[in-house]
Amino acid sequence: MLIINSEIAQSIRGYGARDYPNETCGAMLGVDGAEGREVRALFPLTNRRDDSPRNRFSITAEDFRAAERAAKEQGLALVGWYHSHPDHPARPSEYDREHAWPWYSYVIVSVASGEPRDMTSWQLSDDRSAFQPEEITWAVPPGMIKR
Amino acid sequence: MAVKMEIPTALRQFAGKQASVEFNAATVGEALKQLTGTYADLRKHLYTDDGRIRSFVNIYLNDEDIRYLQKENTPTKDGDTISIVPSIAGGAKI
Repeated sequence: MLIINSEIAQSIRGYGARDYPNETCGAMLGVDGAEGREVRALFPLTNRRDDSPRNRFSITAEDFRAAERAAKEQGLALVGWYHSHPDHPARPSEYDREHAWPWYSYVIVSVASGEPRDMTSWQLSDDRSAFQPEEITWAVPPGMIKR
Repeated sequence: MAVKMEIPTALRQFAGKQASVEFNAATVGEALKQLTGTYADLRKHLYTDDGRIRSFVNIYLNDEDIRYLQKENTPTKDGDTISIVPSIAGGAKI
């Protein structure tokens, strides 16, 4: 189960809309505990795919290391990645599967005609055969009172 | 030559939950072979079915990407650290 508060979810949707028609991407920093995995902060990254940024994203090894350092500095773990699917459903593609590792949460937001829509999360199975949907629990941001 | 191999968080579950392991290896390729020999479940996440390192998997010897050294034939020396670092990729197109 992935816990995302509405502020962070709104940020992911916002980045998806901002970068439309290109794909947005970034790292999710958080805690991975017995009660689930909670995203506490985002680390937006530049989509390095200049050749086809509308249907591909790429985060370099150097960017990966920067995200890991950022997580460590904040006392968090690098728990996953988010990216957008412009004018495409929030479902992982075969290309996503081929370039994934298990354990991470892969959040996808669909952006239709510039408007952010569905947000889903996925985890790769240990045998690499398929992505499994990961349940998202929408939480209230810290400091806000739930009514 | 004892080299330290750092295991990324995402793959530690396939390596006895260890953050790093040490092997005696003369080259990076030898160290990788020992790693995947010891922890067989790691192999499919690092290599394609035809035995090549996956395109999104980067191997660093200390701070150098082995693609710019001698790839898997890069010699190691005592105390070196080998890191496995993914580049993250994906996208909507099938």
